[in-house]
Amino acid sequence: MDSLIAVREALPYLVQGAAVTITAVVGAMGLGLLIGVPMAVGQVYGNRPVRFLVGLYVWFFRGVPVLVLLFLFYFGLFSLMGLNLNALAAATLVLGLTSAAYQSQIFRGAIQAISRGQLQAAKALGMSDIMGIRTIILPQALRLSIPGWSNEYSIILKDSALAFVLGTSEIMARTHFVASRTYQHLPLYITAGVLYFILTWAGMRALRQLERKTRIPGYSHG
Amino acid sequence: MPWILSQGFTMPEFLSAWAAAFGSDFMADQLIPALNRGLWVTLALILPSATLGILLGVIIGSLRTFGPKLIRRITDGYSVIIRGTPLVVQLFILYFGLPNLGIYFEPYTAAVIGFTLCSSAYHSEYIRGGLMSIKRGQMLAAQALGFSGMKALIWIIIPQAVRRALPGCGNELVYLIKYSSLAYIVTCIELTGEGKVIASRTFRFTEVFLVVGLYYLALVTVASYCLHKLEQKLYIPGFGRSSR
Repeated sequence: MDSLIAVREALPYLVQGAAVTITAVVGAMGLGLLIGVPMAVGQVYGNRPVRFLVGLYVWFFRGVPVLVLLFLFYFGLFSLMGLNLNALAAATLVLGLTSAAYQSQIFRGAIQAISRGQLQAAKALGMSDIMGIRTIILPQALRLSIPGWSNEYSIILKDSALAFVLGTSEIMARTHFVASRTYQHLPLYITAGVLYFILTWAGMRALRQLERKTRIPGYSHG
Repeated sequence: MPWILSQGFTMPEFLSAWAAAFGSDFMADQLIPALNRGLWVTLALILPSATLGILLGVIIGSLRTFGPKLIRRITDGYSVIIRGTPLVVQLFILYFGLPNLGIYFEPYTAAVIGFTLCSSAYHSEYIRGGLMSIKRGQMLAAQALGFSGMKALIWIIIPQAVRRALPGCGNELVYLIKYSSLAYIVTCIELTGEGKVIASRTFRFTEVFLVVGLYYLALVTVASYCLHKLEQKLYIPGFGRSSR
């Protein structure tokens, strides 16, 4: 069986690609979290211009396909800005900026699910706005966000497969490379699919674990 | 204006200098016609995929909810596998992989099949959710009032389930518009593909892909607006999204 031999020989190489995929996904999720949380806070508690700017950002990044964003930033904007990034860093950055738009909406929903009275109570206890948001609202909102977050993980993981158009050496690019040399396209792409499936499944499981770990006994939001 | 004239500029000259500086010759002569051509291909990809995707999604979603156990297993598996793998992988399997088995598709056909299968899996999830959110008691009540099972399904269950599933399915349609850009990867030259061809020839990546992005933004914004209108039209006071 040529196809089985091709898959067996390619597998270690593809698994190394999975490590690159994970790097990009973890980086993008982290970046999205870092930008998404302040954006969500700005959209809920900010003044008009802040809300408008966040809305504009979200509208743009949610309305333009990831593929177009990758081309736009990697070949266009990054070099205009004088950033000289390698393909992996660029893909991670673009995925992170996109994810920030989606994550901000997950967090916004979670923040809005916490009743407004809590922030007023925090203020009545002498906390500043920032402190109230940071120590009262966000710890609850972030817990509520985990289910939405695990959805976002599976989306970014799948979007990261597009990074191969920039030449990032993740699963897809490696599969394409091996397939075009061995002509065993079908078994190799199925292998890539299986790798992605395992990563999706493992990540979802880990996030469910996180949800259970961070749960506070006897606490339900409201 | 007198100052400009005294500097020796005439008005048309001034305008054409401005236009050349901002590349609007390039925009009008090359970019926009090419992107409009691509837009038609994009629409020709989206419309059949969306229609077939919803149809297949409704069938699979119903089978996943009401089907016999074996069918339920199979359709659940279908949905999980499709939703657990990237669309690029599915398109590559269809376009580059199946020729290993002697099955050849045109790029356009491969893209439409890929989009249809992928969006049907997502639609089926929302439709299943919508169907399951309708209490079983309603079916029993309908039967007590003399409805047959099929009639109860058509007149009682489905009208409610559609309203519950609509926001999710609408989202999925918006996703389909954006992910239609992947057709370019299997060499079906649509909006993104036309943009890539021009950008690679002229090296004006920023302008080209900003304009391509605007095309998609327009499509997505119009689609979201229509879906929002549809949701409002179907809205029944007192029938909330999550209330039972």
